[in-house]
Amino acid sequence: MSDKIYDIIIVGGGPGGLAAAIYGARSRLATLLIEKGRPGGQAATTEDMENYPGFARGTTGPGLMEAFTEHAKSFGAEIVRDEVVKVDLEGKVVTTKSGNTYRSKTIILAPGAVPRTLNIPGEFALRGKGVSYCATCDADFFEDLDIVVLGNGDAAVEEANYLTKFANSVTIIVIHDEGILDAAPMLQERAFNNPKIKWVWNSTLAEIKGDGLVESVVIKNIKTNELTEMETNGVFIYVGTVPQTDFLKDSGLEMDSRGYIITNEQMETNIDGVYAVGDARVKYLRQVITAAADGAIAAVAAEKYIAEEEGFRKSVLEEERPVAVAFWSPMVQKALEMMPSIENTVGAYGDKVKLVKMDTYRNQRVAKRYGVTKNPTIVFFHKGEVIATLVEDAINEGSIRQVLDKLSK
Amino acid sequence: MIEVHKENFEAEVLQAEGLVLVDFWGPKCEKCLAVMPDVEALAEKYGDKVKFCKLDTSGNRRLAISQKVLGLPVIAFYRNGEKIDELAKDDVTKENIEAKILSLLA
Repeated sequence: MSDKIYDIIIVGGGPGGLAAAIYGARSRLATLLIEKGRPGGQAATTEDMENYPGFARGTTGPGLMEAFTEHAKSFGAEIVRDEVVKVDLEGKVVTTKSGNTYRSKTIILAPGAVPRTLNIPGEFALRGKGVSYCATCDADFFEDLDIVVLGNGDAAVEEANYLTKFANSVTIIVIHDEGILDAAPMLQERAFNNPKIKWVWNSTLAEIKGDGLVESVVIKNIKTNELTEMETNGVFIYVGTVPQTDFLKDSGLEMDSRGYIITNEQMETNIDGVYAVGDARVKYLRQVITAAADGAIAAVAAEKYIAEEEGFRKSVLEEERPVAVAFWSPMVQKALEMMPSIENTVGAYGDKVKLVKMDTYRNQRVAKRYGVTKNPTIVFFHKGEVIATLVEDAINEGSIRQVLDKLSK
Repeated sequence: MIEVHKENFEAEVLQAEGLVLVDFWGPKCEKCLAVMPDVEALAEKYGDKVKFCKLDTSGNRRLAISQKVLGLPVIAFYRNGEKIDELAKDDVTKENIEAKILSLLA
């Protein structure tokens, strides 16, 4: 294990992870990003990228992700190509497939998602032989050929439009009633007006057939259960995604039943100093722009966490003298009134006792850790240990002196 | 690694003796580009026992389709002119390629 302790380790190099790297490195934090493939994530597998603000038509997913990557490197983020296979989130240690171990003060999880597979007969065996989940990768094989696209969300309809630049015909198989699509209206309009696109409604795929290469698909009408075989050269499947969070299963991280990581608005997970961003998080909209926003928020939250933890460790836990930590808030009248008398009482001990004032709003995590719920609260520490706690009305000159007289002997 | 294309595929792969690995890739395939350094490292390691070739499908579409490749990435293995095994899509990882090489050499 290297002795180096990073400020931030980011697991995953899609737009969320890269944005976190940009913000982290720009704040002069020692930032390491670990990505198993090339940086870019799913965004690098979609050719047409026309909804990232400031980047109009003509921008490509791979191009934009290349720019994100260069941007992160330019601020000094370290990018390592490896796969994280094990994490100790409490201890902030990650272990990679190649056997390296990295330590950090905070971890930002950005593992992303991958296309969901259907698991129908023929699908697995014919991958790379006509079954695809990536139009950018495989579109040009299908020049002048006939293909089907399964799905009707943004990805399905957008990629179907893209595929018509190559294919002779694209048949979109939609599970809904005629005319109903989940995709955004603009994408729908474009698809409905595209002469190369044909539609099959109320249907899904039951089987993909072919000897060596895809030759046909079996379409199942979900209303009549009728099966129809249709000749085709290729099948592109866009039926949602699944989060890549299997490696986090036993990490103590809180996830929903489908494996998406649960966070609050600061991207904090249930574990202190561990954040999650991007498509693997429970969220409303999974796009490059929201992943990037997540990354920025997580990096800033991580920076504040480090400052808070280090500040507390240095000024309280590692202090030789007894420390009286006064948790207060200028917003609470009672705390405001009591602070001068607390300062005077503790101040009377001169250099023998140290007073640290902590704003409970800006130091919520530390306050919570020591069970502070009322304002003001004084927690007395000596050599890193809690010696006594005084809350609200129990705080007066006599009670403070009682604790400090014993401690400062 | 030897660059193969429609002009030399027959001679370099189909007429070759022993085990031949062909990395079917394309410039727009991110996964292919990601795994390329790994394949090159394996070529250094096993180059004396296996002939390593790469085929850019973007200029050789018909050739790729004739080899039953219609999607990327694919790592195909040939012996005495016949395709004997292959890895496709998510199965294309450094570990899987190395394991396949070792099992085919055994």
